Amino acid sequence: MKKTVISVVGKDKVGIIFQVCKYLAGNQINILDIAQTIVQDWFNMIMIVNIQDSQKDFATIASELKQIGEEIGVTITLQQEEIFDMMHRL
Amino acid sequence: MININEVMETNTMIREDNLDVRTITMGISLLDCISTSLKDTCDKVYDKITTSAKDLVRVGKDLETEYGIPIVNKRISLTPIAMVGSSCCKGSKDYVEIAKTLDAAAKEVGVNFIGGYSALVSKGMTPYDEMLIRSIPEALNVTEYVCSSVNVGSTKTGINMDAVKLLGEIIRETAELTADRDCIGPAKFVVFCNAPDDNPFMAGAFHGVTEADKIINVGVSGPGVVKRALEQVRGENFEVLCETIKKTAFKVTRVGQLVAKEASKRLGVPFGIIDLSLAPTPAIGDSVGEILEEIGLEYAGAPGTTAALALLNDQVKKGGVMASSYVGGLSGAFIPVSEDQRMIDAASCGALTLEKLEAMTCVCSVGLDMIAIPGDTKATTISGIIADEMAIGMVNQKTTAVRIIPAVGKKVGEVLEFGGLLGYAPIMKVNEYSCDAFINRGGRIPAPIHSFKN
Repeated sequence: MKKTVISVVGKDKVGIIFQVCKYLAGNQINILDIAQTIVQDWFNMIMIVNIQDSQKDFATIASELKQIGEEIGVTITLQQEEIFDMMHRL
Repeated sequence: MININEVMETNTMIREDNLDVRTITMGISLLDCISTSLKDTCDKVYDKITTSAKDLVRVGKDLETEYGIPIVNKRISLTPIAMVGSSCCKGSKDYVEIAKTLDAAAKEVGVNFIGGYSALVSKGMTPYDEMLIRSIPEALNVTEYVCSSVNVGSTKTGINMDAVKLLGEIIRETAELTADRDCIGPAKFVVFCNAPDDNPFMAGAFHGVTEADKIINVGVSGPGVVKRALEQVRGENFEVLCETIKKTAFKVTRVGQLVAKEASKRLGVPFGIIDLSLAPTPAIGDSVGEILEEIGLEYAGAPGTTAALALLNDQVKKGGVMASSYVGGLSGAFIPVSEDQRMIDAASCGALTLEKLEAMTCVCSVGLDMIAIPGDTKATTISGIIADEMAIGMVNQKTTAVRIIPAVGKKVGEVLEFGGLLGYAPIMKVNEYSCDAFINRGGRIPAPIHSFKN
């Protein structure tokens, strides 16, 4: 299974996780893992997800998540997990 | 499973430190396009390029979206055109027609540059090599995307001084023809010693005759990432410094390896090499000059610069080699003046001179790169500068290059403005003493002895 990483970075506020999860649930995207941390008031979250059951393709999901990010004032990016695996794992 | 700190580290490199893949370059052999008719050759060349590279830009963009990493350039390198036109070109004008065809093909597939308008004359020039060389000023004048290069020397053959002499004149003529566009012509032309067959970087990329029919070569980058990593080890000793550069180069190169393998798979074209080069851009925080400053120099060019660059270059290779299955191309730190803001600053304030840059090229790739010189510099002086740089490559068994731009109508202290990745270049002082008698001798410098190294 190809895993995909959603990262969310921005000023902390109420409802960030809710908004992202609402979108994922509505598009048949299963969350495999979540981690979050606050660094100097900045909210950082990564979600590892499986987008294979979604009707939408990678580019569409990436662009819709980006738009949700813009609406709630955070940066949301979608990336294939391989880029992190390659860089940090031998 | 991947953890949050690793994701944050990678994304900080991309967002804040300008980590990118500098280029995906598709090498295409045009040997099967050689024909006795010019029209037939041009048609075959156009068809082969536009068929082979039709998906190159789309695949590059898809990979950018999926991995979230910018892939700045998509390029094409070709079999040296001197060979491709050898049967059908009766004069330099015919070669210019091929150049126009390449330009049209590049435009059609949407790439940033197309390289390989080249001749390999390290030992001697055939009539068709000379025709191509003499066509370079007009070819670069009438095209937008075409890049050109000539290999005039190698460790095995010595230096073809007839070609060196001719190229001094050709560079001047190219600058004069493009004077109305800040002399952009010579910025797309490079003279080599020991030119590699698989270089993905422009202006010197060509697809060597030892290569497969098609190949994917990738050039990585990341000066900003190295600079950021070195900020964390200020004041530490050389062991810590070197380890930090090595580890960072490893991470940067792994991204290039991923992109190269995936591009190769999706395009159905074999993966060639990763070029491990720290390639700067004029953007703030994407500078090799800034790394040299972070290592401990007030400006690039200060005493210690050659040593600092030597260690930087070596560590980048040591880290990068482990990260990639095949390494090639130029592989090292680039020191183009106009494409690096801190190098521009160092040259402008007088810390960095042409002579110091020449010394620096002994320990890094690739050579005197993107340097503007006064417009009244004589052709023989340009040939002298080329000869010196070629000698460094020949004796040290490394690739060296010269991409030098005579700024027609301008003097030291003025600036040439190219825009985009090519940046802008302060005009640097050139030693004005004559080398006319040396350049006018003609012939070639013999290959150096490979023993008794001192």
